[in-house]
Amino acid sequence: MNPSLPNSFRSGPDERGHFGIFGGRFVAETLMPLILDLEKAYADAKADPSFQAEMNGYLKDYVGRPSPLYFAERLTEHLGGAKIYFKREELNHTGSHKVNNVLGQIMVARRMGKKRIIAETGAGQHGVATATLCARFGLECIVYMGAVDVERQQPNVIRMEMLGAKVVPVQSGSRTLKDAMNDALRDWVTNVHNTFYCIGTVAGPHPYPMMVRDFQSIIGIETRKQMQEAEGRLPDSLIACIGGGSNAMGLFHPFLDDPSVEIFGVEAAGHGLTQLHAASIAGGRPGVLHGNRTYLLMDDDGQIQDAHSISAGLDYPGIGPEHSWLHETGRVTYLSATDDEALAAFQLLSRLEGIIPALEPAHAIAKIMELAPKRPKDHLMVLNLSGRGDKDVPQVGDILKGKKK
Amino acid sequence: MTTRIDTRFAELAKQGRSAFVTFVMAGDPDPKTALDIIKALPKAGADMIEIGMPFTDPMADGPSIQAAGLRALKAGMTLKKTLEMVRAFRKDDDTTPLVLMGYYNPIYIYGVDKFVVDAKTAGVDGLIIVDLPPEEDTELCLPAMKAGLNFIRLATPTTDDKRLPAVLANTSGFVYYVAVTGITGSASADSNVVGEAVARIKRHTKLPVCVGFGIRTPEAARAIAEKANGSVVGTALVDALKASLDAEDRATPKTVGAVADLVAALAQGVRGAKQAAE
Repeated sequence: MNPSLPNSFRSGPDERGHFGIFGGRFVAETLMPLILDLEKAYADAKADPSFQAEMNGYLKDYVGRPSPLYFAERLTEHLGGAKIYFKREELNHTGSHKVNNVLGQIMVARRMGKKRIIAETGAGQHGVATATLCARFGLECIVYMGAVDVERQQPNVIRMEMLGAKVVPVQSGSRTLKDAMNDALRDWVTNVHNTFYCIGTVAGPHPYPMMVRDFQSIIGIETRKQMQEAEGRLPDSLIACIGGGSNAMGLFHPFLDDPSVEIFGVEAAGHGLTQLHAASIAGGRPGVLHGNRTYLLMDDDGQIQDAHSISAGLDYPGIGPEHSWLHETGRVTYLSATDDEALAAFQLLSRLEGIIPALEPAHAIAKIMELAPKRPKDHLMVLNLSGRGDKDVPQVGDILKGKKK
Repeated sequence: MTTRIDTRFAELAKQGRSAFVTFVMAGDPDPKTALDIIKALPKAGADMIEIGMPFTDPMADGPSIQAAGLRALKAGMTLKKTLEMVRAFRKDDDTTPLVLMGYYNPIYIYGVDKFVVDAKTAGVDGLIIVDLPPEEDTELCLPAMKAGLNFIRLATPTTDDKRLPAVLANTSGFVYYVAVTGITGSASADSNVVGEAVARIKRHTKLPVCVGFGIRTPEAARAIAEKANGSVVGTALVDALKASLDAEDRATPKTVGAVADLVAALAQGVRGAKQAAE
C-alpha cells in the first residue's frame, strides 16, 4: 500500500482536476475556455436543487430507476461460495448504465443553451443513450464511432439512426473507440460555439471524470440502500468491468471510504496480457492522452498502442484517471479477463440466470467465477451488470458458429 | 536569454517584413528525406522552421498532418531521432530558428528534464505543445523556460480578453495565433478578421504574433503578412510532399523539390506584402 494514503478516497479531484498525479486539463487552447465554462455550469447545476429534482424525475420515469439489486441464486449455487447480487443496470432504458450520465450531461447542455450534441462511442451503448436523450429533448446528435465498431455493433448503429442521430464511421488510426474520441475532439474544436461534447466515460479533461462519476454514482448509492434492505448490512465486495471505467466508478465511489468493502475492477485482457489486449493498468503506464494523465498502453516513444478486446466497449488503450489513482493508492484491485473467459461467462450467465449480459460485464462475471468460490457463503458480492447483451448476440453467434466448425 | 527566434524577429523588424514560417513533419516520408527537406527550406525562403514531432493521436490536426505523422512513425521516427535530425541540421545552419511542435505524451515519456536539456543542446529554440494550456504550465512550460527554450503559446478565436493575460504570461519567442477554430488544414483564414485578432493580442503583449491554420497560397500568405509578424504554412507543404510520393508513400526524386518550390512561391508572396505589422 502507498504510504501517503489520503484521509478520504472520496474527496478528489482537487480544483485543477487532479487525482494524485492523474487527471488534469491537457487540451488545446481552443477548448480551454469551453472546459472552464462547463466546469462553472456544472458547479451551478450541482448547487441548484431544481436541477437535481428534475433529474430525479427523469431517472425514475424515463430511465426506470432504481434498478433492482437481484440475488443471483443459481449462479451462487453453481459457484458454491459468496452470495452474489447483480445491480441490474442492464434494465435501464437503452439497456445499460450509460443513460445515467447522458441524462445528466444533456441537462447541463440544456442549461448552457447548447443545441448540438456530439459523442464518441465504442460498443454503441453511449451512442444509443446520447441519441435517445437528444431525441427526447429535440437536440441535434452526431455520434463518432470507429469503423471497426460500426461493423461489429450493427444493431446499435441501426438504433442510433432510428433515433435520428447521425453516425460518423471513423476511418483514422485503429478505427475503434480511441479514434472515435480523437474525431469527436476534432469536431468540438471546430464547432466550439454551439456544440456540447457528451463524453461517455470517466475520462477526458477535468471536469468530465468528476462529472461523469457524479452522475453514475447513483448506482452505488442505490446499491448501499438496497443491500441494507436485503441483508441489513454493507456488501463485502464489489466488482465491475472497466474500459474507461464509468460503470465501475459509479458503483465504487460511494463505498471507497468503507474499508471493509473489497473492490475489484476487471480490465479486458483480450488475447492475453502478453499479446493484444486492452488492460491499461496491467500492461500500461502513466501518460497523457485525451485531456488527462492516466495509465495508457504505449510504446517506449510514448506512441499510443492499439488496444484489443472482443468487447468494443472495453477496446480503449486508457482508463479513467481516478481509477489510476485508486490503483496506485491500492484501494481498488484491478484484475483482467481474456476474450475467451468473457465468452464463457457470457454463455454461462445466459443459461444459468436467463440473463444475456453484454460482453463488457461478462468480463467481470468471468472474474466472479474465480473469486466467489474462494469466499464464504455469507460473503456478499455485488456485480455491476452494466449492460444487456442484445447488441452482442449477432457477433457472439458468429464466433460460436466459427468455433464449432 | 536571447534565442535564435528573438534574433530573427529583430532582423526582420529592421528589414520591415513579416516572417515566413514553414511546418514540416519530422521523419516524413522517411528520416533522410525529411532532413534533406529541412535543409532546403532556408534557401527556399523560410525564415523559421517548425518541425512536427509525430504522434499517433494528434487531436488538433486534420487528415493531412495526421497522415504525415503516421508515415513518419511507420518509417521508424521517434522523438530521439527528431532531436538527432535537429543536430544534423545545425551542423550547417546555426541561425535559422527551429521550433518543435507536437503533443505532450512523447515528451513526458522521454522525461521532461532530460528532454529540455537534450533539445536545447541539439539546437532547438522553441516548443509549441498543443495539449499544454497555461493551466498545465508546471508540466513543461516552466522547465523549458528555465532551460532557455521559448515556450510558444497558441492563442485562438476562443481566447477572450479576460483569458489572454493568462495565455501570454509565460509565453516567449512569439505568440502563435490560430486563425480558425478547428483543426489544421480545414477552413481558410479571413485576413480582415485575423487582422483584428492580431491587433487585439498586440494590445496585451510586445511579442511578435504569427498566424497559422488555414493559409495555403502565396496570396493568402501575403494577406496575412500585411497584418501579422509572421505567417505559418503547414498542411499545404505536407500535401505537396504527399503528392510527390510513389504509390507506397515512398520518397521520389521529386519530393524535396516539390516542398522547396512551394516554399519559394509562398516566400515570394510574403516578401511581396506591402508592410509588415508593427
